[in-house]
Amino acid sequence: MEPLIHIANLYKSFGDLDVLNGFSLDLFDGENLVIVGRSGSGKSVLLKCIVRLLEPDSGTLQVLGQSVPALSQYEMDHLRTEVGFLFQGSALYDSMTVRENLEFPLRRHPEKMKGHVVEDLIVSTLKSVGLAHTIDMMPEELSGGMQRRIALARTLILRPRIILYDEPTSGLDPITAKEIIELMLQIQKEYHTAALIITHDMDCARVISNRMIILIDGTNYAEGTYAALSKLPDPRVQAFFK
Amino acid sequence: MPTTYFQQSALRRYLAETGEVWLFARRFFREAIRRPFEWRELLHQCYIVGNQSLFLVGMTGLIMGLVLTLQTRPTMEDFGAEAYMPAMVGVSIIREIGPVVIALICAGKIGSSIGAELGSMKVTEQIAAMEVSGTNPFKYLVVTRILATTLMVPLLVIFGDAIALFGSFLVEHVKGEVSFRLFFNKVFRQLSFGDLIPATGKTFFFGFAIGLIGCYKGYTSQKGTAGVGRAANTAVVVASMLLFVIDFIAVLVADIFFDL
Repeated sequence: MEPLIHIANLYKSFGDLDVLNGFSLDLFDGENLVIVGRSGSGKSVLLKCIVRLLEPDSGTLQVLGQSVPALSQYEMDHLRTEVGFLFQGSALYDSMTVRENLEFPLRRHPEKMKGHVVEDLIVSTLKSVGLAHTIDMMPEELSGGMQRRIALARTLILRPRIILYDEPTSGLDPITAKEIIELMLQIQKEYHTAALIITHDMDCARVISNRMIILIDGTNYAEGTYAALSKLPDPRVQAFFK
Repeated sequence: MPTTYFQQSALRRYLAETGEVWLFARRFFREAIRRPFEWRELLHQCYIVGNQSLFLVGMTGLIMGLVLTLQTRPTMEDFGAEAYMPAMVGVSIIREIGPVVIALICAGKIGSSIGAELGSMKVTEQIAAMEVSGTNPFKYLVVTRILATTLMVPLLVIFGDAIALFGSFLVEHVKGEVSFRLFFNKVFRQLSFGDLIPATGKTFFFGFAIGLIGCYKGYTSQKGTAGVGRAANTAVVVASMLLFVIDFIAVLVADIFFDL
């Protein structure tokens, strides 16, 4: 099976600081791949390289069979509609209502409407995240958990095949975090997406992951299922499970 | 030695930033002529820029006209030249004081607002969110704002000039019993195309500079919330300085073509 995302020997540094040192991964259809690592280990950098918010120094980086660094801006914009990105801080457009936040990407990619009416798509997507009643609210009127759900709805509105989650539960209380994790699982069933999730939250990793990668020193230090990794007798790996 | 080092370092930073602003401006022109055009957002930004500054520009214009006339009138009276007051005030306001003062007000109000807004969007990753949704944030945020300031600042200057002349008329009416018609007849009789065209033309450049610097500072802001404050602040300072440079160049060019 062809991977949706194929990364091999990816290098990225900022000045003298080497962040990614030959990192590799394959994300397959329908899979939830979780990457865990310490703060500053390069997890967010990796996600930003995938959507070309950052350019890698070297290595292979393919998304849906296309080499990301080689794409033109037009091709990249088109590819980005297939890859949703949930930001750590939600990144909702704070001068727009919830409706306008969801409408914004849709109006710029009318091909993604596939004959649907904009309003119907917005309402149905908001229903998927359980927040249809917030359609005319401003982001500042929403709680952190609600903002995260709306951000997820905005990601889903273009019906991406892959969703990249950057610390989806960070800054949320345990109950809201659990709700977000359940929502992520529900979304995967409903929209048949693959997900690349970076997190510190081992509860999140345990519930959601099909496979995990431990990112240490910019490389795949260890790889496997949650159960397998949790039994690995390596102190650097065990530090994540304590 | 440290002084030399800091001087070199400051010079290098200044030159590097000038180069970056130049590249930013070049990107603006490139993106501005490429489809798709963000007409809706452009109109929205024109409304915001105009509406946001209308009251402030009006108040500034009125006070400018009142004060200029009140302060100049006694001297003109001493020379028995009070009949020339409308012409003198009209030329001063239309040619120089109106455009420069109102553009400075706009730099403070609009430039800081754009710098802070884009800076805040940058640090909260809203700009990155636009980019990853396959939208060109430069076109949506920067092109529309620069075009809006380029188009609206001249209109604000014309509005401010009109209010300033009205303020001057009020003083002349009270102190010299000059009628509305006589006052404005004297003002417009003294004005020529050589006064109006360069004075209006340079306001487009003022608007462009305010939008460009505000957007550049906001769009490239770094280092969290402190960076947002710095972006807003430096947007005003740099834009204000740039206005004087543009004004100087405009006066030189006008002198060549219109023989001032």
